[in-house]
Amino acid sequence: MIQLAIEIPYWGQSLLRVLGGLVAVLLPAGAIVYLFLFKMMSFMQSRLGPMEAGPYGSLQLVAEVGKWMQKEDLAPDAADKSIFKIAPIVVLLSTFLLVVVIPFGPDALFTDFEVGIFYALAVASISVLGILIAGWASASKYSLLGGLRAAGQLIAYELPMVLAVIGVVIQAGTMNLQQIVVAQNTGEIFGWGGIGNPYIFTQFIGFLIFMIAVQAELTQAPFDMPIAESELVSGYMTEYSGFRFLIFFIAEFATAGVFALLASVLFLGGWGIPFDWFGWTTVDSVDNWMNIGGPLIMFTKMLVLTFIIMWVRFSFPRFREDQLQTFAWKVLIPLALANTAVTAIFKVVF
Amino acid sequence: MPDKPKVPGLFKGLGVTLGILKDTVVDGANTVQYPHEKEAPPIRARGVIALHEGNCTACMLCARSCPDWCIYIEGHKQLAPPRRAGGKPRQVNHLDRFDIDYALCMYCGICVEVCPFDALFWSPEYEYSEPKIADLLHDKEKLGEWMETVPEAPELEAGAQKK
Repeated sequence: MIQLAIEIPYWGQSLLRVLGGLVAVLLPAGAIVYLFLFKMMSFMQSRLGPMEAGPYGSLQLVAEVGKWMQKEDLAPDAADKSIFKIAPIVVLLSTFLLVVVIPFGPDALFTDFEVGIFYALAVASISVLGILIAGWASASKYSLLGGLRAAGQLIAYELPMVLAVIGVVIQAGTMNLQQIVVAQNTGEIFGWGGIGNPYIFTQFIGFLIFMIAVQAELTQAPFDMPIAESELVSGYMTEYSGFRFLIFFIAEFATAGVFALLASVLFLGGWGIPFDWFGWTTVDSVDNWMNIGGPLIMFTKMLVLTFIIMWVRFSFPRFREDQLQTFAWKVLIPLALANTAVTAIFKVVF
Repeated sequence: MPDKPKVPGLFKGLGVTLGILKDTVVDGANTVQYPHEKEAPPIRARGVIALHEGNCTACMLCARSCPDWCIYIEGHKQLAPPRRAGGKPRQVNHLDRFDIDYALCMYCGICVEVCPFDALFWSPEYEYSEPKIADLLHDKEKLGEWMETVPEAPELEAGAQKK
């Protein structure tokens, strides 16, 4: 545990937390957009992507943000103006609420919440509200259809996501994300604790279901029916321009980053390295340098997982609406239920 | 020969994108960084239409056949000295204006095809965009300058009759 020489007042701690939250949301979003959306997608299409703004186009994002900030803040005449304007903020808000419970190190966390994962899955669905009101308030048929499709899809894929997480919760015996990390890094695989026990091994089906559900929650291809550009222009985002579109855009990729962070906490051992290596036993005995190393480990794992999310996005064509719903209700949910049941049986037997 | 184990299409698709990613990183992209490096267009590329003013008789065939009506021709009749001494002065069309509006042109090439006097040619030159759309109206001086970029006509086939 950190013993600080000076006492930081409450307002100072809050300020640090706000700054940390901004970094934890915006840094992954920027990294994902530049590394994967700009560069990896271009390379997968045998082109170089942005190359002019900064070395290798690394400042392209700054240019894009500057461009969006100068654009006029348009709203359709028939739109429900006040709701129309808060919709993107609601979507981005759910991302910030989500990052609050994610632990980045033994002490590098915003809040040590006893029912962290429950809270995370609950606030993740606030973005559905944002999307739905964006679709409704735009007073456009494309937006409305996109919003309805998004609502149907996000609710359908929230269930397998929750059910996949239940397996982890049963195995760890706690809903506290920090405790889930500790449980993975102090765990043993058949009595061998060399690499701890990341739940990706025991909960591999859960991990697969979780990642597929995340893909759908983020409305990334092949689950991009709500923003299918060939049918709905841009779905619920059609009428948005300027910085409100920018907020939607940031929210999309920030949420991808935060979900990847969540997945790495749940399945890949989070910020931890197997506690055996350094003779730690509990979270209190972890060395202080893990408060720096932990966020770096988390960032690396986040990049690996978002690489997979984006790779799938750039490779596969879009699901049809009925296929999409069938896949959720007839394949993923029964599979997740079976996974939960088997995990519970194993937990009781062993 | 036993069949190779079947790879599911999902993984095949992922393999394709990853393969191209690897190729781009290792061998470079298929694209070029345009303003810094340029690809030479094919020699018969339809870049811009050049006018050989001396061949033009202001017959209006190109203007009439243009689907977009983007060719503007004005001319007047004038007398030219007789061919032989003591003959009657000839009447010829003098070309006053020959403009092509590249804001309208759709590069169909019908004007080049119909020209009976070999006055219009395709040039592969393509860098003539303008900040103002009105500047895309090329007059006959500018169209004449494009003549320098027109490639040599290919050899006629054996046995073909030269006009």
